[in-house]
Amino acid sequence: MLAIGVVASVIGVAICLQIDWFPTQGSTQADAIDTLYDVLMIASVPIFVLVMTVAIYCVIAFRAKPGEKGDGAHIHGNTKLEVIWVTIPFIIVTALAVYGWIVLDDIEAAQADELVVNVTGEQFAWSFDYPDENVTSNELVLPVDRPVHFKIHAKDVLHSFWVPAFRMKQDAVPGIETNTRATPTELGSYPVVCAELCGIGHSTMRQEARVVPEAEFDAWVQEELDKGEGPAPGEDPVAAGREIFTSAGCNACHTLADADATASVGPDLDELAQVAEDRSPDLNAEEYVRESIVDPPAIAVKGYDGTTMPGGYEDQLTPEEIDTLVTYLLGLSQTEEGE
Amino acid sequence: MAVALRRWTAPGWYRALLSTLLMAAFCIGLVVLVRSLYGYEPLWDWDAIVTVIMIGAPLGFLVGIGCFDYWFYWASGKPTRPEDHSGHGAYSWRDYFRVNTDHKVIGIQYITTTVIFFFFGGLLAMLMRAELAAPGSQFVDPNTFNGLFSVHASLMIFLFIIPVFAGIANYVLPLMIGAPDMAFPRLNALSFWMLPVAGVMMTASFFAPGGSFATGWTAYAPLSTETPLGQTFFTIGVQFAGASSIATALNFLVTIITMRAPGMTFWRMPLLVWANFTTSLLVVIATPFIAGSQFFVLFDRALGTDFFYAANGGDVVMYQHVFWFYSHPAVYIMMLPGFGIISEVISTHARKPVFGYRMMAFSLMAIVVLGFTVWAHHMFVSGMHSWLRVPMMITTMLIAVPTGIKIFSWLATLWRGVIHLTTPMLFALGFITMFTLGGISGVVLAVVPVDIHVSDTYFVVAHIHYVLFGGSVFTIFAGIYHWFPKMTGRMYDERLGKLHFWLSFFFFNLTFGPMHFVGVDGMPRRVADYAEEFATLNAIISVSSFIFGLSMLIWLYNMIVSWRHGPKAAGNPWRAHTIEWQVSSPPPIFNFDSIPTVVGGPYEYGIPGAQHAVFDDKKPAPAAAKPAVATE
Repeated sequence: MLAIGVVASVIGVAICLQIDWFPTQGSTQADAIDTLYDVLMIASVPIFVLVMTVAIYCVIAFRAKPGEKGDGAHIHGNTKLEVIWVTIPFIIVTALAVYGWIVLDDIEAAQADELVVNVTGEQFAWSFDYPDENVTSNELVLPVDRPVHFKIHAKDVLHSFWVPAFRMKQDAVPGIETNTRATPTELGSYPVVCAELCGIGHSTMRQEARVVPEAEFDAWVQEELDKGEGPAPGEDPVAAGREIFTSAGCNACHTLADADATASVGPDLDELAQVAEDRSPDLNAEEYVRESIVDPPAIAVKGYDGTTMPGGYEDQLTPEEIDTLVTYLLGLSQTEEGE
Repeated sequence: MAVALRRWTAPGWYRALLSTLLMAAFCIGLVVLVRSLYGYEPLWDWDAIVTVIMIGAPLGFLVGIGCFDYWFYWASGKPTRPEDHSGHGAYSWRDYFRVNTDHKVIGIQYITTTVIFFFFGGLLAMLMRAELAAPGSQFVDPNTFNGLFSVHASLMIFLFIIPVFAGIANYVLPLMIGAPDMAFPRLNALSFWMLPVAGVMMTASFFAPGGSFATGWTAYAPLSTETPLGQTFFTIGVQFAGASSIATALNFLVTIITMRAPGMTFWRMPLLVWANFTTSLLVVIATPFIAGSQFFVLFDRALGTDFFYAANGGDVVMYQHVFWFYSHPAVYIMMLPGFGIISEVISTHARKPVFGYRMMAFSLMAIVVLGFTVWAHHMFVSGMHSWLRVPMMITTMLIAVPTGIKIFSWLATLWRGVIHLTTPMLFALGFITMFTLGGISGVVLAVVPVDIHVSDTYFVVAHIHYVLFGGSVFTIFAGIYHWFPKMTGRMYDERLGKLHFWLSFFFFNLTFGPMHFVGVDGMPRRVADYAEEFATLNAIISVSSFIFGLSMLIWLYNMIVSWRHGPKAAGNPWRAHTIEWQVSSPPPIFNFDSIPTVVGGPYEYGIPGAQHAVFDDKKPAPAAAKPAVATE
């Protein structure tokens, strides 16, 4: 039985280490965590195999013969065995805990020359603010091999900032700042995922993290800065409106061709201008759209339940932003109509 | 006329309907009155009205059905009717549908009620898997999807696993310790009747405007304080399930401490009794915390308090601390009674004393104590004080030690036994192996750096289903098959039982095994839609989950048909030693014609003629006089 157990354990460990468990290994933290996971596999598989082997062996060796009425051996215990199976698991878990602690300190250690990124979660979008570079963006762009310190905030409910390729995850909590660190090591684009249930648009709260060479990062920063100095939002209302539409997370639930939004949780907004005028006898189109943003339950669109849409946009957006958004939504579809 | 009137005034369903409606009307009036006094607009605020009705109407129902009649008589100083035991025992099927003080009737009421919610919760899981069979949106919108997994988990936890264990123990435990009933039979009845209230409330949330509660069974604030009315159905429903759970636990504690038959010392108690003793300790200490957490949410929702509104000084992380201070021990509330069942099943069907009986009891106590020191391992990425993580990691991993003791002792019990591969034994073996896997993934999750990556992913979903289905639910199946002859007086169909085991064992693994992979690979949990790369495994998971779900129908069929038409069961078909098997199947209405005397340990297999307990009319066998546990 011992031989079978050892062979099965070796095969089990080999299979587990062979499996490609993780997504891209995209940060120094990922290296450390993946190795830790492999060690846990190596420690776990033999224990599982031990239990399986003994259980199967017992069933085969001690199975009652048909009609057998007797009892098993009258054994109440064995102190030596019991001491062994208290001590050995104790040593194993203690050793693993110590190793886990070392890795934890390692992956969270502050580094020199960190790039600070303020991450803000709201229903249902992330925004990224680079305080030292003076840039704010919906895309997470990071220079390769430079340690990043993420300072995480939430505007409304809990979210969880997670880049699977970096392995690091941290909840965004209203009212407090939380922190996590990662040092990207692989060039490429990786998903940024919200991992904490945050409401109806939770599964669509996805963005991109782009890891680029240092020079490209500097160029991107410059480009973003130039954008800021370019035409003010008032001068290009469509771009400004599109920006708000995406950054406020409207695209998580609504369809709007101009903003590449295709979600179907809420009403389709492509035809909004045609219907907004006639929907309510008391409100004109502009008032109607504004009301549906700041107080959705007041506007019951047929087939939809106003209570589904998150409230609080009046607090999250400035009055100017709401103006821009309303104009954008109406203007957009009117232009399309005119074409 | 008098008969018709008595129908509406005597305890029962007519009076329950009447008093429920009266209380609902009173609640509506109260809200409208208060709002008009304050001059609030609108006067008819249905969110407020429904919230108050959900508190008041269930109380009306409980009064109407008759849970409080005796106590009201007593409290008002009216002459109480002498106890004629008319509310005790079942003589026809109708007796199962009224307030009944017989622990055996209550046990059956518990088990059948919880099984109904088990199937309903399972149906919700099937809908979820249908939506997840392919990426993109199939046929439910994200809000409904969030509702499906929230109600699924809440029903499975609060309306199936926790109460079905209370139901099994309700039936078996008083018999096992030689007691005629539970210590507080009327409280026992009240405990049961609060359950359907909680279950109906959670299920009915699907009819609420804005859909059912959709914030997970964890109901994390501040999402739960902001979502539509459906959330209140959970917030208040949990209070009824929790109150039921606490009252039952108190009842078990008093029953076990004060009502054991002569000669039954603590070290002669069957391990199922030990398991329910320790579980009840957990319940009475921990459950008030979830009640508190949900009251905070209710106050934030209904009264405008700011417990979890950060802008006004609320503390969002506090919710999670209070919630998990219950909900982690709740994991053991959902597992320890199962440990007890497995000890009974394995020793009986392997014909051997439980190996290391005292260590088995001590490890239960160790889990109770350690269980209160690990709650924050659910919060490693929550933004709580970071120093708390390492101590919680260590305590969490240490729980593997007492759990390991139990696993190894069960294996040692099998060793040199005479193993009968009956259905309960198959489920017990399935439990040992699957729970080991769930325990191992639990240790993996406890290691903080790994948890940072896999928390809130499908790895966690896989883990909890290995411990709650491969763990708890397999023990429930083992227990129900094992005591089915005792409860119904009939045998179940062994062939169908085995088919049920093999199908569910195989497809359980095919359903939940692959979830480990998608989780580590980056698929978060609680999402209605997912990336293309996870499509293949999710399709496999969905297909196996459907077969897995169908295999449960075999069990249901077996139970129903065998209950009605199965061959008559003998008093002791398994030749077990514990007391419940020494009476007829089903037992007499007051359990024992004469109170048994306990003369030895519960598992003295291997000694010819050994007895655990004797009745007056039988002479004790000489060998039975040996002490419960041979000193090693």
